[in-house]
Amino acid sequence: MAELRMREALRDARAEEMRRDEGVFVIGEDVAVFQGAFKVTEGLIDEFGERRVRDTPISENTIVGTGVGAAMGGLRPVVELMTVNFSLLALDQIVNHAAAIPYMFNGQAKVPMVIRMPGGGGHQLGPTHSHSFEALYLQVPGLLVACPSTPADGKALLKAAIRDDNPVIFIEHESLYGTRGEVPEGDDGDGGGLLRFGEAAVRREGGDVTIVGVLKMAQVAEQAAAKLAEEHGVEAEVIDPRTLRPLDLDTILDSVRKTNRAVIVEEGWPHGGVGANLATLITEQAFDHLDAPVQRVTGADVHMPYSKRLEQAAIPHEEHVVKAALATLEGAI
Amino acid sequence: MADLPDAATCYELLARMSLIRRFEEEAGRQYQRAKAGGFLHLAIGEEATIVGTTSAMREEDFLIGSYRTHGHAIARGTDPKRVMAELFGRVDGTSGGRGGSMHIFDAERRFMGGYGIVGGNLPLAAGLGLSSQYKGEDAVTVCMFGDGASNTGNFGETMNLAALWKLPVLFLVENNLYGMGTAVERHSAQTDLSKKAEGYGIPGTRADGMDVIEVREAVAAGIRAAREEDRPTLLEVVTYRSRGHSAADPEVYREPEEVEEWREKDPIETFARRCVEADVLGEREVEQAREAAEREVAAAVEFAEASPEPALDTMYENLYAVTDSIGWYAVDERSPEPHRGEHEAEMPEAARELAEAGAAYAEQPQEGRRPNPAQSGDAQDGLESRVGSEPEVGDEPEEVEASEEVED
Repeated sequence: MAELRMREALRDARAEEMRRDEGVFVIGEDVAVFQGAFKVTEGLIDEFGERRVRDTPISENTIVGTGVGAAMGGLRPVVELMTVNFSLLALDQIVNHAAAIPYMFNGQAKVPMVIRMPGGGGHQLGPTHSHSFEALYLQVPGLLVACPSTPADGKALLKAAIRDDNPVIFIEHESLYGTRGEVPEGDDGDGGGLLRFGEAAVRREGGDVTIVGVLKMAQVAEQAAAKLAEEHGVEAEVIDPRTLRPLDLDTILDSVRKTNRAVIVEEGWPHGGVGANLATLITEQAFDHLDAPVQRVTGADVHMPYSKRLEQAAIPHEEHVVKAALATLEGAI
Repeated sequence: MADLPDAATCYELLARMSLIRRFEEEAGRQYQRAKAGGFLHLAIGEEATIVGTTSAMREEDFLIGSYRTHGHAIARGTDPKRVMAELFGRVDGTSGGRGGSMHIFDAERRFMGGYGIVGGNLPLAAGLGLSSQYKGEDAVTVCMFGDGASNTGNFGETMNLAALWKLPVLFLVENNLYGMGTAVERHSAQTDLSKKAEGYGIPGTRADGMDVIEVREAVAAGIRAAREEDRPTLLEVVTYRSRGHSAADPEVYREPEEVEEWREKDPIETFARRCVEADVLGEREVEQAREAAEREVAAAVEFAEASPEPALDTMYENLYAVTDSIGWYAVDERSPEPHRGEHEAEMPEAARELAEAGAAYAEQPQEGRRPNPAQSGDAQDGLESRVGSEPEVGDEPEEVEASEEVED
């Protein structure tokens, strides 16, 4: 086991897969010579050279489309979009091509590519640079969507994503790149060290309320759970879904059947968000077990303001989660 | 004017163009009979552009096109039976009925699609080119798209990337003088489309799209440049489509005289005449090519009609590649009775009944002429307006020959 930062774990995942499979290559803006906008590709060009680690011009739509074409031609591209915000420019290639090609051509072509992008706010980057678009991508059939919150999960999921034959939207968080965690040492050889998509992690066990947190909010959920235990004597069960598509609904439902209450925390906008989808699924499939309506804690329904105070007020914190959890307990029949 | 190749090649070119012509005419007819649905884009008049291009390609080269590509697949060797079956939405179609007219695909013959988003295929072509270059393979990618596509963001971005990375791609603009209903002078500030990529680092040339030999030679040069010099190039091929943009187009944007003028330059007739006058082919062979096309297309319709519709419980197939990484691939979460995609074949009773009930709406009330929405207003005409007064229906546009008449 080694203690690594998230960015290092993600870099190691790619380096290991690139050593293992000649067809894996990295493209994106400033991934090579600049060593990566967030340093997540640091050192890769030195080891693998320009053919396999390519800087691109600023052309998100065409970067992704080129990745799709290269995947159709037999390679395994790992595309880096500098942030989730810029992925909007590539939506056509993602939705109408990457996600649709295997289906609309009846399996004659596959698109084994990974599109990595960090999202989230909190650094005063303002309205156009602070989006959380997990909900947008989890809607699209044909895509896989990953949202790891720990370095170990990041590495294992990215390796799995690269080996998978489906197009994967790999959503990271700008604020999580520096977080440290224990990561299993070394290359797996063949087989181990990968995480299967559709397996959530129970971060904390408890019997009173289920809290599901996405990306950075998984950490916020854990902090809230600690507070709930210390100050309110409430034992929360914290679940980190790790992948949104496929979603490990079973683990979440098992938990709700035990606790009878649920809170979902996400950084994105409330309407049509991850929580909106998950709350409906829980209500539909575990209705008889619920003692209170499912609570959602989300980012404010506003474009992310620049002002430090406004921005922090617009992002969920542990206080919001604690309040929501207590509300479900008050709603007990 | 370039020399004619040998008799066998000339016959092949003529036969293939005749096959595409007959296929497109029949496809239009089947669309009027509501056997083919959605949008149907015919390439009548553009046969020389298509066949001239494919005849200069090798088997290992990739071809990728727009949405007007029945002919492109057929020219690469796809069985017209399977293309017709795809138009009919049947299981034996090239894409199993999932893609339709705009999404023909034949992996075996390296026809990489068929794309409905204008210009969306350009980055894909860059990617295919990249894959050949990366693997050290010889294959060249030929990317065909229309004059309208040359204005999309895809064009500029892809030209820059291809020039920068020296991708082995030939970009071929099929300039048929109209982007849907907008003439090229009205949609492109630079009407010499061969010049449009110069600023990005890709020089261009022009060829007469009605002359199959000229197209063939121009494409061969572009393929050579890509393969031997790692040079992507742009080739503008000027052609004309004698039918509308799609089968529902009343063509109010052009004069019947113009259509007639271009009909006189028909690429198949002019090529046949040239071959006969040069004693390379006889009248007999020209006739043979046409008869063979008739037979093949008739067989294609028969095949398509006999092919079954896709079974409802196969709806989720090929959505995902099922691998070790994911245990299941889709969930039908629609109420009632949500279930996993891989259990679609044993879907719960309620879900099955609802799927059948939904599919029943697909049944045609009767066979017959499909109303042309562009001429007779939209499907809402005749329904009571729920809010305010009835919408005013404008004058019926002049009946235009090209779309109203169906050749029998």
